Amino acid sequence: MPDTKWTPSRRAFLLATVATIPAVTLSGSLLPSGSKAFAADQAGYTPVFFTQSEWAFVNAFVDRLIPADAEGPGALELNVPVFIDLQMGLPYGYGKLWYMGGPFRTAAPSLGYQLPYAPRDIYRNGIAAAEQAIQQAYGKSFTDLDATTRDEVIAHMQKGKLAMAPVPSDMFFGQILQNTHEGYFSDPVHGGNLGMGAWKMIGFPGARADYTDWINQNGAQYPYGPVSIKDQGI
Amino acid sequence: MADLTMPHVDAVIIGFGWTGAIMAKELTQAGLKVVALERGPNRDTYPQGAYPTSIDELTYNTRSKLFQDMSKSTLTIRHKPSDQAVPYRQLAAFLPGTGVGGAGLHWSGCHWRVTPEELKIRSHYEERYGKAFIPDEIPLQDWGVSYEELEPHFSFAEQVFGTSGQAYKVNGEIVGPGNPFDADRSTPFPLPPMKNPYSAELFKQAATEVGYHPFSIPAANASGVYTNPYGCQMAPCTFCGFCSGYACYNYSKASPNVNILPALRQVPNFELRAKCDVVLIETDSTGTKATGVIYVDEKGNRVTQPADLVILGAFAYNNAYMMLLSKIGTPYDPTTGEGTIGKNFCYQNENSIAAFFDGDKFTNPFVGAGGNGIACDDFNADHFDHGPLGFIGGAPMWVNQAGTKPIGGGPLPAGTPSWGSAWKKAVKDNYTHVVSMNAHGTNMPDRENYLDLDPDYTDYLGRPLLRLTFNWHDNDYKMANFMVDKMGAIAKAMNPKAMKVSAKKPGEPFDTRHYQTTHMGGGVIMGTDPTKSAVNRYLQSWDVSNLFVVGSSAFPQGLGYNPTGTVAALTYWSAKAIREQYLKNPGPLVPV
Repeated sequence: MPDTKWTPSRRAFLLATVATIPAVTLSGSLLPSGSKAFAADQAGYTPVFFTQSEWAFVNAFVDRLIPADAEGPGALELNVPVFIDLQMGLPYGYGKLWYMGGPFRTAAPSLGYQLPYAPRDIYRNGIAAAEQAIQQAYGKSFTDLDATTRDEVIAHMQKGKLAMAPVPSDMFFGQILQNTHEGYFSDPVHGGNLGMGAWKMIGFPGARADYTDWINQNGAQYPYGPVSIKDQGI
Repeated sequence: MADLTMPHVDAVIIGFGWTGAIMAKELTQAGLKVVALERGPNRDTYPQGAYPTSIDELTYNTRSKLFQDMSKSTLTIRHKPSDQAVPYRQLAAFLPGTGVGGAGLHWSGCHWRVTPEELKIRSHYEERYGKAFIPDEIPLQDWGVSYEELEPHFSFAEQVFGTSGQAYKVNGEIVGPGNPFDADRSTPFPLPPMKNPYSAELFKQAATEVGYHPFSIPAANASGVYTNPYGCQMAPCTFCGFCSGYACYNYSKASPNVNILPALRQVPNFELRAKCDVVLIETDSTGTKATGVIYVDEKGNRVTQPADLVILGAFAYNNAYMMLLSKIGTPYDPTTGEGTIGKNFCYQNENSIAAFFDGDKFTNPFVGAGGNGIACDDFNADHFDHGPLGFIGGAPMWVNQAGTKPIGGGPLPAGTPSWGSAWKKAVKDNYTHVVSMNAHGTNMPDRENYLDLDPDYTDYLGRPLLRLTFNWHDNDYKMANFMVDKMGAIAKAMNPKAMKVSAKKPGEPFDTRHYQTTHMGGGVIMGTDPTKSAVNRYLQSWDVSNLFVVGSSAFPQGLGYNPTGTVAALTYWSAKAIREQYLKNPGPLVPV
């Protein structure tokens, strides 16, 4: 299991401060959404894989994929970037879970991923290429764009319309979105979903794994909060 | 690394999933000395299923803990014979297993019997709808075995699996509110049906209201304490929802590891060797007799295992792969329709509807079990008149609430963005308020859907990869849209606030990026004619009589039901033929 025993004390302080701001103002600019200042604020955790500028990019990106708002926690609050950084050090990050034999050919999208890049390469190449394309279009780094403009850029990327190579923007977007969902919703033992925040928001009981007394309660809400593998002494 | 030769055994089994385990049990009971070779690692309830570490979606389902190691091998896929195939690099559309237990360790547990008419599908359709009804491009053929012949083996497999369900008709007598379309059974299910989660209860009420005939899905998830005929024990399912993709922590889901292996471990004439990847079935100079197999072990040694009898029980399409690598039988040629190895690759055609409810109605989709739920069979098999419809096949429809987990995610209303605040709100508002329904349909063979060896791509041992040529065809699109229309009536009867229908649109290609099912079949199909099938009615190779090829590879068409129950029954049927006929007089059991 990855070691996640770092203490996010400064972040916790910052979030506590933010929590006193009325919820309605929390979306977008008031939360320090992925600005360089905020990314650097995750000082309690030093990224292992990402460089400082890549870390800022990932923070600014996932913050828009799952923003903090009155509905529930955002990706940054739940340490999604930490999760992604830790994943890059695992066999998954090195592409060991994928068939990576060549030749690599262009194929119909429905035949799936066909590039020679492992997740580490996708992030390293993708962030550099995206930043370059964004600099050209906006004259700024992605991390310096306001939230609305970042959303516009991400929407372009999702449609494959941000010209970047060798990793196309829609593919790069898909990789980050997938890892963001994973970091948001997986057991906290993997470094994300801090405090099981995402599970609490949607009502998933986590690793309870025994609903013998709750198979059918005729439409009633399950009464117990989630538990993590971590809570079970692992 | 060296070339080694192991001592001779009576029988060698390739693959240790359900078919390998059943064959090992049957053949050791017959007194044979048996070695089973499994390409993947050893696996069991402990540690792979241990609580709490097995209750981990990321590690198991998302990161493929129990699935095939794609870094070592995969297959290539293309949509039609004139296309360039490319590798299936990331697991998504289907999730083949590896390791002891095979896909039988990480399966769900839906445990069905193929319908009598599907075993004689060509004769049945021709008789009811006329010879012109089956298009030329759909090479339908009968299986060569009847339901009556398989019935004792369906029954025994249910005893071994500890299957929970409600029988309809036992020995000609109606015994309870089971599936009224079911064929006669010689025994009831060994355990009563599982309880219904709320979603399944809603489906049952709605299906009844629209005039369909709902019943409990037969589940190899134990509804009570159970000891099977081998003395292996099961505990009552807790509805934890971690079945498919996981090893059950509670000994509740039937698996080769829980239901057969503990008994085999007591047997001195059985040996299981894990991490032994068979590369070839060796034949003698005549090409008509197998002399054993060659495998590569964990250390990279190339090992010859001589045997009198070879059982090929790898995962579905890997049976065709091993036949092609070993050059046994004639590879299928889609241009002429001749040859049999790789022919009639078939799959399943799944289409779905999600019904969304208000925030005060909780469906709690995390509660569930892999084989749990309510189905109706009114539009499965040939239980309805296909005459005016212009397609072959059908689909059971069901709420099979197997435990929706958050990374995989539940369905969201149509038009929901895939990120941002609106996405998050939709997940929050819908995760515990949705009922998911599936029409789990048949897939008829097509002349252009087949398996062969890829000319370009290789695996970690330098073997050519298997190549799958597969696409959906007119029959599939027609059926998909008919099924969601019929299932839509059930969904509407639930009075949801919104519905989302997902059905294949005409022309939509097979998409490897999204899960369909892992229920593949064909490639080494059974039949009565050696020019049209690869194995005879006993699953014995027409070409090499001491080779039996067991598994869904024998299915001439893709069933609406999940395949495992039929795979298990066919394996017991084949084992009986080996024990009672072949061992007394080794040679072809059906004259060629």
